[in-house]
Amino acid sequence: MTNAILTGLMLGGMYALIAMGLTLQYGVARIMNLSYGEFLVAAAFASYWLFTGWALNPLVGLAIVVPTGFGVSMILYRVLLTPLVRRAPTRDALEVDSILATFGMMFIVQGIMLTMFGGAYFSYSFLSIPVAVLGETLALNRLIAFGLAVLFGVALYLALTRTRFGTAIRAVAVDPSAARLVAIDVRWISAFAFAIGGALVAAAGVLISMFLTFSASSGVVFTMKALIVVVMGGVGNLLGCLVAGLALGLSESLVATFVDPGLTLAVNFALFLGVLLVKPAGLFGRAQR
Amino acid sequence: MVSSVTRLAAGLVAIAGVASFSVGPALAQTSVKIGYALSRTGPNAGGAAVTTLPNYEMWVKEVNAAGGLKIGDKRVPIEIVQYDDRSSAEEAAKALDRLITQDKVDFILPPWGTGLNLAVGPILNKAGYPHLAATAVTDRAPELAKRWPNSFWLLGTSAGAANTLVELLVKLRGEGKIGDTVAMVSVADGFGIDLSGAARPALAKANFKLAYDKTYPVGTQDLSPLVNEAKALNPDVFIAFSYPPDTLGLTEQARIAGFNPKIFYTGVGTAFPLFKGKFGANAEGVMGIGGWNGDSPAIKDYLARHKAASANGAEPDRWASSVTYASLQMLQQAIERVGKIDRAAVIKDLQTGTFDTVIGKVKFENNLPTKYWWVGQWQGGEFYGVGPATNEGARTPIIPKPAWKAQ
Repeated sequence: MTNAILTGLMLGGMYALIAMGLTLQYGVARIMNLSYGEFLVAAAFASYWLFTGWALNPLVGLAIVVPTGFGVSMILYRVLLTPLVRRAPTRDALEVDSILATFGMMFIVQGIMLTMFGGAYFSYSFLSIPVAVLGETLALNRLIAFGLAVLFGVALYLALTRTRFGTAIRAVAVDPSAARLVAIDVRWISAFAFAIGGALVAAAGVLISMFLTFSASSGVVFTMKALIVVVMGGVGNLLGCLVAGLALGLSESLVATFVDPGLTLAVNFALFLGVLLVKPAGLFGRAQR
Repeated sequence: MVSSVTRLAAGLVAIAGVASFSVGPALAQTSVKIGYALSRTGPNAGGAAVTTLPNYEMWVKEVNAAGGLKIGDKRVPIEIVQYDDRSSAEEAAKALDRLITQDKVDFILPPWGTGLNLAVGPILNKAGYPHLAATAVTDRAPELAKRWPNSFWLLGTSAGAANTLVELLVKLRGEGKIGDTVAMVSVADGFGIDLSGAARPALAKANFKLAYDKTYPVGTQDLSPLVNEAKALNPDVFIAFSYPPDTLGLTEQARIAGFNPKIFYTGVGTAFPLFKGKFGANAEGVMGIGGWNGDSPAIKDYLARHKAASANGAEPDRWASSVTYASLQMLQQAIERVGKIDRAAVIKDLQTGTFDTVIGKVKFENNLPTKYWWVGQWQGGEFYGVGPATNEGARTPIIPKPAWKAQ
């Protein structure tokens, strides 16, 4: 039982980590980033490359990859997405436009990765050392990823709730036109939120590459997972993202241990549908209108 | 004025194009056009990139370096037309149609994987192209070989794979090296369903106790519940009919959890160079599907050439890679023996001839090879075939598997 709960928590932490960036990009900047998983895999490749080519510890690699993720996302938003933002008459229209634009971006990023690394699977061993927690054996790399996910989540949560800037971000997420009335530069805030999302997805990519096998084509899996977690938690809500991620991870692990590993996907989707039936806006989402 | 000149020029170009097109076939054969559609993107890309593409590229490079295929008394270079099937059966079918009707290729190399080979089977059969399916494992292979006489199923049947594994287990139990508790997990997809479906009755018939038998969905990201459950039952044998990411995940998790049964067998991916790269000394003693005669000079030479030919020195996988390359050698020998582009004669030659390949002499019986490697084991950094034990070059398995080392 302890083991199932611990594994579930770690898996859930990973899901939350994967989804945190998307909840900012989608919730605040209203960019439904379909190339999200590709960016995650790109960060995983970057980490792989730094580790095997330069013998750079992935945890140190974070210091390079995460700022790069932030910078690349910022540039992407300013160059590629700002015209869409300007043109879109409403936020809903922006959502549709961004789906199309990022769908195209997905192929570009995937294509670049395929040219650079080929289609093969990649995996490396880093800190895959057994550690005992509460009498159960866990992998150190997963544990570190979980710890950092919690750290990022808490730091971001505090930043969003305790700082002026964070309040501005939340204001944009809730009502951008009203935010403008109190002198919040909505475009700036959106760009910033999108870039933080980019930094988070880069962090997730690096951490996940320590224990998951990936290939240039595996991005879509992560986009789907992130999407489920984001929608289930309530779009744009960080706490919801954490809770939904943990709930999915725990349910998967408990079902795999006590019922049947074959049913994990079914339970995942049942949980997802169940939440949406009871709370259509997600666990922590605010109902529209 | 300008527009009419442009139109005239365009017309001339069009006529010239049509003319050259119609003259083309009348010229003597200057190249052999070979086409293929491979999964460059999508879920199959990982397998195709390791097993199939490097062999296609290496073979074409080698043949062209030697002057080309020997057609009659002269050598004709190979010209390649290739598409991405995006891991989809519809795309593969479309690409093959295009290769046949528009590109008018002389020969077609098969796609990667069981599903796509089954999907393109009828197209290749209808158009009369030889179909050397080198990366398909299906229980319908004998039946398909009858229905499509142009098709050759080089990896055999999943029942063959499962039965060989069980035979090996029976032998080892007879020698007192293992007990009779087995834990089995399988991926809920084509490969896992087929293999576990064949293994279950075979294990029961051989009086093994199947203590744990669970499936998991494709793409499961944390396999530790399965490994922990299996470990708790303390089985002698752990069998996983898994796909590459799961193969790596299960092995990693078993190492973390200190789950070290006497036999640790995993599915697709165990024979990949990636497996050795990731686990290093910990690969020692792990068994998996596939294998090759690692001591044979032909294989050693093939391994060295493969490493030299690929851009980043990539090694082949130790199962279907060598079979894929052998299938290309067979195609080449059949074409050269026929001496002209006559697909029906090439198919006939494939059915009846004997071929000298990197995996030894191959002769088809009813369009199926007569021997396969089904169980391999990492021994001293090489994945040797251990089953069937009657194969030439079969090694004695190391039982029990050595303990996992701390890294």
